[in-house]
Parts: sequence; C-alpha cells; structure tokens
Amino acid sequence: MRAIRSIAVLLGLSLLISCSGGADRAAENTLHRGLQVGPETLDPHRSRSTEAGEILRDLGEGLVGYSPAAELVPAAAERWDVSEDGLIWTFHLRDGLRWSNGDALPAGHFVAGMRRLVDPATAAFYADKLIDVENAAAIVAGELSPEELGVEAPDDRTLVVRLERPIPYLLKLLTHASTFPVHPPSLAEHGDSFARPGRFVSNGAYRLVDWVPAALISLERNEYYWDNDTTAIDAVNYHVLVMSNAELSRYRAGDLHITASVPPDAFQMVREEYGDQLHVAPRLGVYFYGFNLARPPFADSLALREALSMAVDREQLVASVTGRGEQPAWSWVPPGVDNYTPPRLGFAALSKDERERLARLRYKEAGYGPDKPLQIELRYNTGDQHKKIAVAVQSMWRDVLGVEATLVNEEFGVLLSNIRAAEITQVFRSGWTGDYNDAHTFLDVMMGGNASNLTGYASEEYDQLMRRAAAQVDPDRRRLYMEEAERVMLSDHPLIPLYVYVNKHLIRPEVVGWEDNVLDYHYSRHLSLE
Amino acid sequence: MSRAVKIPLAFLAAVAAMAVIGPFLSPHEYMTTNFDHLLAAPGSGSAHVFGTDDLGRDLFVRTMMGIRITLTVAIVASLVSLVIGVAYGAIAGFAGGRVDAVMMRFVDTLYALPFIFFVILLMVAFERNFLLIFVAIGAVNWLDMARIVRGQTLSLREREFVAAARLTGVSSWRIITRHIAPNLLGIVIVYVTLAIPQAILVESFLSFLGLGVQEPQTSLGALVNAGVGHMETAAWTLLIPAGVLALILLCFNFLGDGLRDQFDARKAR
Amino acid sequence: MLRYTLFRILGAIPTLLLVIALAFMMVRAAPGGPFDAEYIPSTEVEKNLRDAYGLDDPLPQQFLTYLSGLLRGDLGPSIRQTGYSVAELIGEALPYSFLLGATAMLLALLLGVGAGTVAALRQGSLLDRTITGLSLTGISIPVFVVAPVLVLLFAVKLQWLPAGWGSARGAATWVLPVVTLALPQLAYVARLMRASMIDVLSSDFVRTARAQGLGTATIVRVHALKPAMLPVISYLGPAVAGILTGSVVVEEVFGIPGLGEMFVRAALNRDYTLVLGVVVFYASLIVALNLVVDILYGVIDPRVRYR
Repeated sequence: MRAIRSIAVLLGLSLLISCSGGADRAAENTLHRGLQVGPETLDPHRSRSTEAGEILRDLGEGLVGYSPAAELVPAAAERWDVSEDGLIWTFHLRDGLRWSNGDALPAGHFVAGMRRLVDPATAAFYADKLIDVENAAAIVAGELSPEELGVEAPDDRTLVVRLERPIPYLLKLLTHASTFPVHPPSLAEHGDSFARPGRFVSNGAYRLVDWVPAALISLERNEYYWDNDTTAIDAVNYHVLVMSNAELSRYRAGDLHITASVPPDAFQMVREEYGDQLHVAPRLGVYFYGFNLARPPFADSLALREALSMAVDREQLVASVTGRGEQPAWSWVPPGVDNYTPPRLGFAALSKDERERLARLRYKEAGYGPDKPLQIELRYNTGDQHKKIAVAVQSMWRDVLGVEATLVNEEFGVLLSNIRAAEITQVFRSGWTGDYNDAHTFLDVMMGGNASNLTGYASEEYDQLMRRAAAQVDPDRRRLYMEEAERVMLSDHPLIPLYVYVNKHLIRPEVVGWEDNVLDYHYSRHLSLE
Repeated sequence: MSRAVKIPLAFLAAVAAMAVIGPFLSPHEYMTTNFDHLLAAPGSGSAHVFGTDDLGRDLFVRTMMGIRITLTVAIVASLVSLVIGVAYGAIAGFAGGRVDAVMMRFVDTLYALPFIFFVILLMVAFERNFLLIFVAIGAVNWLDMARIVRGQTLSLREREFVAAARLTGVSSWRIITRHIAPNLLGIVIVYVTLAIPQAILVESFLSFLGLGVQEPQTSLGALVNAGVGHMETAAWTLLIPAGVLALILLCFNFLGDGLRDQFDARKAR
Repeated sequence: MLRYTLFRILGAIPTLLLVIALAFMMVRAAPGGPFDAEYIPSTEVEKNLRDAYGLDDPLPQQFLTYLSGLLRGDLGPSIRQTGYSVAELIGEALPYSFLLGATAMLLALLLGVGAGTVAALRQGSLLDRTITGLSLTGISIPVFVVAPVLVLLFAVKLQWLPAGWGSARGAATWVLPVVTLALPQLAYVARLMRASMIDVLSSDFVRTARAQGLGTATIVRVHALKPAMLPVISYLGPAVAGILTGSVVVEEVFGIPGLGEMFVRAALNRDYTLVLGVVVFYASLIVALNLVVDILYGVIDPRVRYR
C-alpha cells in the first residue's frame, strides 16, 4: 500500500511539472488554428499532405506567393520576365532576402532546392511538380544527375528556369512548397531530419519553435523575413484534431480561433448558434463516383454509365445529405477556375423528372430492367460522410432504376489498391482537389496512362485535344482546346461528378483579414487579432 | 433458478424477441431513406416511434436490426472462444505434465499480443465481413476460457470418480466427454455470459473506428457512434440505441453474477 | 525468485519473435501502401519512394533486415513521418500515454478498492446500492459516448475544464481524459472488490479477529484488505488491455498525442515500421507487466511459491 501511495504522489508531481511548462508559451498575440491531420514532415520537398502545405506557407516561401484572396503576388522574387516562346523564365529576387537565422538567401539556394526535389535520392512525393523543366524527367528517372536540371543562378539575385514546353501555370507551381529552398548548411548538418524544432531554418514569415508530432506545431515570428513589418501575429499554434467533432468542441470551449472544418452532423446547430462565425465557400475540388472501365458491366456500356449518372439527384444530395452548402457537380473541372468555363453534362439542364425518364430509357437500352436488374457493388472508403452519400445514392439508383447496389466499405488504402488493380471494383468513390488554380490540374488526370486516372479512361480524341492545348502559348486558344477536351470526356461518362467541395471554417470575430478563396489558402501573416 | 438469474434472463429474452419480431410490426424498412423526414423526432404522434436518423431511416427498425446483429456477433464470437477455449483447456488440463506446460506456455505467449492492435490490423488488412468480426473477437476471448477450463480440469482429474473410471479402463475420450465436461458446464456458462458483454464492447469500439459492420446494415455500436454526432440536436439518435446497449450489457453482467452465485452456492453445498 | 525471473525473461524471447512475425505478416498483407493518396505520382517517383525504404526487396529479406535492426535496438525510420525514427516517435508519445494510462489506472485502483470496500462494509445500504448502481453504469456505456458527453457538459457548456490537450491550462487538461479512461475500470474494480471483501469478511479468521474485539477499521486494514485484493490484482492484466483500448478513443477525442492514436493512424497509413515498433513495444510491456503481477501476487499471497 505504501508503495502505491508513493507512486501516486510521484505521478501527481509529474503531472504538475509536465503541464506547467506550456503556460508561458501562450503569448497574448497567438493565433490558434485547427488542423485535421498532423503533417508527415515539414521538409518542403518531402511533404505530401495539404496540412503540411498549409504550415509550410507560414514557414517557407517560394518565388511567387498568394494574396489573401489567393491571387498570385510576387514573393521571394519581386518581378519576372518570360521569353516569347514561353520557355525561358527569368526571376529577379528581392534585395536582402534572409533565412530565419540571419544567413543570406542567394538565388543559388533556390537552385539547390529544385535540384533536391527532382533528385531520386530525395524520394520526393511531388518530384513531378517540375517535370516540364528541362531534363527534370530524366533526372527523376535516374538517367541524368540533378545538376543537369534546367535551373540556374547567373548571380545572387537572378534565377533562370528553362522549360521543355510552355506551361502557363508555372507561376502557380512556384508557390508550392516543393519548389521552396531549404537552408543548405542545416541540410548538410542534419540530413533528412533537418525539419525539426531547434534545427529548421526557414525563409517564410514564421519559424518553427515546437512540434509534438500528431498534436501541436508552434511557430513564432521570423524577424528576418523581408515583410516582417506587416506581419501582425507574433505566434501561431496549429492544433491537430483528427475528429472534427473534437475540433468543434475545442472551438466552442474557446481554444481555437480558426477551425479546419465543421462536422457535418453538427452543421445545423453551428449555423444556428455560430452563424456569423461560419465561413462556407466553394473549393477547387470535386467529389465523384468512378466506373471501372476495364471490366464489365461498365467497360463497354456508355448507356449504362449515363443512366447511373442521370439517376443521381445531385440537388437532393447536396440539400439533404451533404448539407453544408456544397454545389451539385455538372462537370469535371469545378466552376471558379481561372480563365476556364467548364462545359456541363448534357442532362444538366433537364428537370428531375425528365432526367429520371431518360435514365430509365438508357438503362433499358443497356439491356437492364425490372426482370433483369443491374447488380453491382459500390465501394467507398471509411468515413461517415462517404457512408451517408453511398447510402443515399444506393437508394436513388434503386428508386429510379431498380438497380441492386451493394455497399462495400473499405479502408482507404484497401479501396485504392482495389481501384488500381481494376479487377473487382465496379463503382468506387473518389475525389480530386486542384493543386493550383488552373484547369490543367483536373484535365491532366484524365489523360490516358496518368497514374491518378483511376477509372482507366483513355480516349485518343481527348488526349489529342489536351496535347494541342499544351502546345499553345495563347491562353484563349489553350482554353478552347481544354474546354473541348472536357466536353468529349463528359459525354463518355467515365465517372459521375457528384458535388463540388466547399471549405468550411469557423472563425472567431476577432480574427481580421480572412478572405474566403477557392484554394483555401490562408497565410497567417495576412491575419491579425483584434 | 434464483431471481438474480430470472430477471435479467427475462429482460434479455424480451429484447431478443422484440428484435426478431419488431421489424415485422413496423411498416418501415431498415434501409429505406426518406429525405423529407431527416432526423424526425420520436413520439406516438409520429410515424416513427423512435424517430429517424440523418438519412430519414426509421430508427425503430434500425435499432431492432442493430440488436440482432450485435447479439449475433457477440454470441457467435463467444461461442468461437468457448469452443476453442474449452477444447484447448480441457486437453491441456487432462493431459497434464509436459503437454500441459507447453500448451499453457503458448497461451501465455498469446497473452502478450496487444490484441486490440491485432484486431485493428485484421480489420484493416481484410475485406470487411461478418465472419471476420466473429473470428477476431472470438480470438481475443478464448484465452481466459482456456485458462479457467484447464484449471478446473486439473482439479477434476484428481477427483475420486475420475480415478475410479480410469482404473476400470474407461478411455480418455469417454472420461473427458462423460465425466469432466459435464462438471465444467457451470463455470463455462458463467464465463460465456461474462464474455458476451466484452464482445459487445469490442464490436462497438470497432464501429467507433469505422471498422464495424457494412452499411446499410447496422449494429448497436454503429448506431450509438452515429448518434454521438447528433447528441445536441437530435438526442434520441444517441439515447435510444445507447439505452438499449446499456440495458443489454447490464443484463448480461447481472446474469453472469447471478449464475456465478448460484454455481458457487451449489459448490459450497 | 531471481532464477524464476530470469527464466521468465528468457521465455519471453520466442513470444516476442512470434508477435513480431505475426504483426509483420499482417501489416504487409494489408492492401495499399504507405504512399497512398488520391494524387498518385508517376511510376518513376513511386519507385524512388519505395526504394528509399527498401519496400521492393523480397519480403523475407525485409523481415530479416528488420530483425537485425531490432537486435541492435534500431526500430527503423518511420515511413510516413518522414525524418523521424520509430524510436523517436514512440519516445515522443510514450510520456503522454503513460501519464494518461497510469493515472487512470491508479485512480481506478484507489477509488475502486475504496468504493468496493465501503460498499461491502455497508452491504445493502443506500450507499452500497449507489456504488453498485454507478459501477454498473460505468461498465455499460462505451468510452466513446462518455468522452464527448463529458466534454459537452464540462468544457463546452459549463466551461469548468479544458476540452482537450494543448490548450495550455496545466494539469486541469488531464482531468477529463483521465476520468473518462478510468471510469469503466474503476467500475470493474469496485465490483470485484465488493464481492471479494464480502467473502473475506465472512471468513473464519475475520470472525476470530472480531471476537478478539478488534474494530472494523483495524480488521479491514490489517487482515481483510490484502486477501480481498487478490482478485483485483488478477484483474490488472485485463485492466491494462482495457486501458489500452480505451486510450485509443480518449486520445482521439481529447487530441492527446499518445501511442494508441498513433498506432491507429500508423495502421491506416501503412506506416509499416511504426506499426511494428508499437506492437513490439507493447508486447514487451505486457510481458514485463505480467511478470510484475505474478511477483506481486507472490508477495501478497505467501501460498504462491515459485519453482
């Protein structure tokens, strides 16, 4: 008994000690943001998740950046020129760029960063980001050395990027963390684990102070940042909260200024009680059901695919099931993309009854009916929202067509590997979110042979239109080719676009400077606390 | 039978009967969605006695389906652990000596497995199916059963009537089936009764992780987990299935205690 | 005793090997891989990623590589948490899990033994019924319901306690998680303790002690507590398992960066090395705990002798 008592005393003491440390960190001017998943790394080149990207926008900086409304603005580069053929870009860096430890940041560090990205030894997930830069593909494949990359620094403030083909969205790529520089001496000293508190030297508005994996990332103002004078918030704490219900509780308890999401179940309550703090805005992302085009029954039955797509009542789905302000999706590229007007599915303009009538017609045409109902499996990955949507679509198909769909819930990795094997999958859930604001990020996926093309869609006509678009320097002609390509793809119905994602945040009234935008990028340095 | 056994047994029988008959009494189907009646409140005036869930599905029918599946999962899982555990324990105990030592060492080994982690791995690795949930949960539970049965068998083996049977040349198999097994019955029943609520809790934990039964089928754990999200706006979606779950768990616990007391009393006599 | 301890430690080696082999097979049998995302990089990039962790080597070779690393005390790098080793990640998460689990366990033991004893002494009274009733409720409601209900009540509505970890409000942060985790175990311990205390109190030696004129408090403290604790000590093993399961839920709901939550993430993300590392760690811990329990049992109950 005495032993137990002394253990209890010890534990109590350790509790007090371990907890008191945190208090002094909470400075007055600290922004608390929610995060749905802990970042897998803060190494800009090896990072993969949206969450890592979000923190890296505070910690690091590329040549180009975004304004609060997600418009392109100069960042580390103050201006740039491009050659007539669109192949050679020259960036002029700001004077006096520094790292968070005071070291100078010459253009050569950007070159070193981009070389590290494409170096096979780095094993970067986004090594493909710069694939159109001269020699990049060969370097990724291990055929050339990273030094051969078409990026060079003639002097400390000039950076030249040579492309193999014109890419109008290059500037948008250069905002991505994978193109950020990393501090070469830190990398040399600590190797792959340089992106840690106490080691990480960054070039953005903030520097890394503390990181408890899967829980908390603390940043503080970087005094050496070129635009430090306009940074209002001194410290930022990112709290990782995997369950969005838990995140909501933390917000309601006053622990967070900004949430990463709003749980669907509580949405109604939130709208009533926190209506003025709720921000809902469309996002560049589409939620879809894909068909396995490699196997029957969908391999060669356009009519069947179209019937299933028509039978889904998207308006009902967004109104009753997703219910957080999502918009029905009638195209693959969501609305709101710069310089692009997505074509719509042919039946988008029809009334619900008309659509259902046509759907039954097409269903019959495909050879199915009440005495021979289609029996399929609908696979979705684990998640309450995915489940609800699958149940709803299953019942819509049953009510309109008499389709007997079986729901198969699989954990994400299992589902993905089944989709990629293309053996047993029939209809599957997936989604696609644009990495940058250009139709290319969506349309490229549907090219034959693209690794992320999960349906296995391959159309010679589509690919040719896309190749034509890629060869255009003129943005308007490029746009027309891409719109035509999407029209071709939509009429082949390789997938069912269901709805366009929305960003959902709860934001305290004292947070100033927040602007909703389609990319959902919100730099902490643009915000302030009243 | 004492009151401590009868009352929980009666409750359980009533719940089970309701789960079997209930869905036939209701005009609703467990998988039919109704977008005009999302999260409808329960009540006698409503068409839905227990209200509806966030897809407008009738919660009464779904709760009944949930009870069916939860009870099936738990009982079958417990039977799996019963069969493995009793066979294993009885063989080890009856054989004794080196065989017993080796077999029990293996049980000790398995005790070291962080089982809940293995259940999670199992559910992640293989396609979700019913059978697997049974096997996974049964695999968690059989070790205790094996230990208890082995202990009992060891002591039974030394008793006079077994020794007498052995002297008269009765075969080992016959001794196990005729003399030892019947005497194990009491304690086995008690432990199965206590294993069932454990299995129910494991199933509900898997539902919490999203690794439970396939929609549109449901279990009490899945219903409770879905209800947690609505607890402020549609409390019935949590309270009704959670209440039923608690009632079932309580009944099994009471029943186990009652049976144990009865068994102990008989042994004392 | 020393020989017994050594024997048990040696005996644990095949156990651990078996556990590792099982976990290795299962995690590698799971479809999908550590680099799964909706964005799928090109074949070259994917190959570079897999090569970086030797994932395309033959499986037996990977297993042997892993084992030889283990012998040197190296759990390998985490595949998902780039730039961290598995040992570092476990080291980061362990203090939180330990604090949470150990405090909950202690709370459950102290309060459970206390409540069970009180209930046994006042058998049939209102107090006894209240304790029995509460402990039955504790057993009957899953942790994932208790946790959010407590948060809603005490953190959101009343605002007495923090809603979770990381909001820098000191020890108060731990109150809700610990209580939630302890509740079901507390209930079990109280039930076990009550039953066994009733047994012990009706035994001959307690009656003798009473006849000698000893007070109830003395009888309980000096004579009854130790033997009545035996079933509770046997329950420690299952209790640890229960705490482990519960901690997955508690860590998720309260955002605590502990091992349980880490394991679930690792399994879902196919972080092979991290999954194995946590399994190895827990298996070793359970082996050690079982040993401690057996030795404790011997200390409390002199009838148990070691070979």
